[in-house]
Amino acid sequence: MSLELAANDGVAPTGAGLASSPLALRGMTVSYGQKPVVFSVDMTIAEGAMTAIIGPNGAGKSTLLKAALGIVSPLAGQVTVFGKPLAAERHRIAYVPQRASVDWDFPTRVIDVVLMGLYRELGLLQRIRGQHRDKAMACLERVGMAGFAERQIGQLSGGQQQRVFLARALAQEADLYLLDEPFAGVDAATEKAIIDVLKSLKDEGKTVVAVHHDLATVAEYFDRVFLVNTRKMAEGTVAEAFSAENLDRTYGGRLATGQIDQLDLVAG
Amino acid sequence: MLWDALTLGLGYNATLVTIGAALLGVAAGVTGTFLYLRKRALVSDAISHATLPGVALAFIVMVLLGGDGRSLPALLLGAAVSSWIGLMCVNWLTARTRLAEDAAIGAVLSVFFGFGIVLLTVIQTMNAGRAAGLEGFLLGSTAGMLFNDAVVIAVGGAVTLALVFVLRRPMGLVAFDPEFSAASGVNVGRVDLAIMGLALAVTVVGLKVVGLVLIVAMLIIPPVTARFWTDRTDHMAMISGLCGGLAAWVGAALSATAPALPTGPIIVLTSFAIFVVSLLLAPERGMLAVGLHHRRFQRRVHMRQGLLALAQGQPIYERFTLKLLRRAGLAHADGVATEDGKARAAKALRDEKRWELVRADQAFESAAVQYDGLREIETVLTVDQIAEIDRRMGGPTGVMP
Repeated sequence: MSLELAANDGVAPTGAGLASSPLALRGMTVSYGQKPVVFSVDMTIAEGAMTAIIGPNGAGKSTLLKAALGIVSPLAGQVTVFGKPLAAERHRIAYVPQRASVDWDFPTRVIDVVLMGLYRELGLLQRIRGQHRDKAMACLERVGMAGFAERQIGQLSGGQQQRVFLARALAQEADLYLLDEPFAGVDAATEKAIIDVLKSLKDEGKTVVAVHHDLATVAEYFDRVFLVNTRKMAEGTVAEAFSAENLDRTYGGRLATGQIDQLDLVAG
Repeated sequence: MLWDALTLGLGYNATLVTIGAALLGVAAGVTGTFLYLRKRALVSDAISHATLPGVALAFIVMVLLGGDGRSLPALLLGAAVSSWIGLMCVNWLTARTRLAEDAAIGAVLSVFFGFGIVLLTVIQTMNAGRAAGLEGFLLGSTAGMLFNDAVVIAVGGAVTLALVFVLRRPMGLVAFDPEFSAASGVNVGRVDLAIMGLALAVTVVGLKVVGLVLIVAMLIIPPVTARFWTDRTDHMAMISGLCGGLAAWVGAALSATAPALPTGPIIVLTSFAIFVVSLLLAPERGMLAVGLHHRRFQRRVHMRQGLLALAQGQPIYERFTLKLLRRAGLAHADGVATEDGKARAAKALRDEKRWELVRADQAFESAAVQYDGLREIETVLTVDQIAEIDRRMGGPTGVMP
């Protein structure tokens, strides 16, 4: 971890940090039908850090990301990205949706999916040139999938599909990376490839936010946590917020005591 | 006769119809690709049935204004307006009520069509008894096609094609991954409207040729056919356009060879024939290819199991396995291995142990992913790597055949 980051560790984002935070939500409420999935959530993401969004199933983790990106329209609440409205800074965000959200029998090749990350750059009519292909191949290289560029996406394993999605996000050359369950159902090799890429992004000063479900790897992978169960339950560095007490509150006693003990947490 | 028809040698009207239909076929095939990929193929059914009240109302208005009511552009404009209203109804019902899209489509389709039929009946009773011809919009009627009608179809088809070309990227993006599209700043709702709008344009333009009942076939069958031949979106759109154009050209020509053959239905049947051929014969995705692939895979499984059984001295109960081994000269009829069989069986067993080591070792991760219990290990690892594995295993070395 770099020195500047270390200096910021353990400190809640300051007033100045809040104004320019890569992603800040204020009073965010989203409901499907009459039931709020996310209720009045404030979230301030620390720049240059890796943040895990944690909570039980159906706690609104993915919805929180989608609301931040404007994919679902909130009932109430505001989003600012690097201190400005979402629309103005959208090009600085890359998004990795859940793997299961698309049809993998779609007629497209791996390289074509990565080229989708260049959509903003290409616009409607610009031809795809060598430079675009080179960039897409470099992104595939980074996730260890360069050898699969010409494959139809349906021929990939789950982990490989996830890496292609990550490569597409890399092609967007963003400053803020939002990932929805990037480690769900992937093999060990993929998990390692993904976390290596995410850590290298952090080393480049990028900000990473991921919905994460594996409590056992939180401390190893992430700097900060955001605990949510419809409402915000806790927020802070792993050392201060990833405590047994906060987990117990977030999961409402659904975690067995043994599970929490195994996490080797700091005293709540 | 058919050759004359195919080469546009059957007179003025037949030539107009054939060229007009082919252009429409290309436009419908290309546009339909995105409709199909967005999984909205059935919406076109609602769109097409919702054209009828518009056609009828346009006719009534023209007659009331003193015209003869049969101006094709005006009728098509009426069709476009009412079909757009129908489309908005489907969207509204799906978004704002608890109705699922299929139910919304069914409701809109039948209500609009019913209303259109009522209006047609009213027209029959009107003084302007020249309503004859409006029924032609139901199943298409090309007999009295005029040069101006053909121009309307050609221009409409060309404009639609150009728009599809311009919008192909956002439409493909939204069809594959709407959430990512939205996150990238694409207005998903608007792109969806564009897809539907283009399908609507094709429908309206095609009313005269195939009619509103069958236009759906021209939007859906070509993309489904094209899907058998390719794994790329851009290629699929092109193949689909080709299939659509070919079916329309051949279908129109066929129908021109005999007075009793209706153009629209013949085009649809031709399109279906191309679909059946693709379904059966397409490489990789066709039924024949899939069947052969499955059989080959089954043989590999039986062969492998048989060899492992031989290596471990187990009896082989499956007759199919024994037959395969005997045919390959690896076993005798009584299930005892030949010399060749013994060597191959030993190799199979050894590969099994090699795989075990490979799969346990993180360094061979990429190779281990390809393990399916059947693959020959030398197709995945280099000779040096196998030597390394064998060194760890101990015992005799080398890749035996």
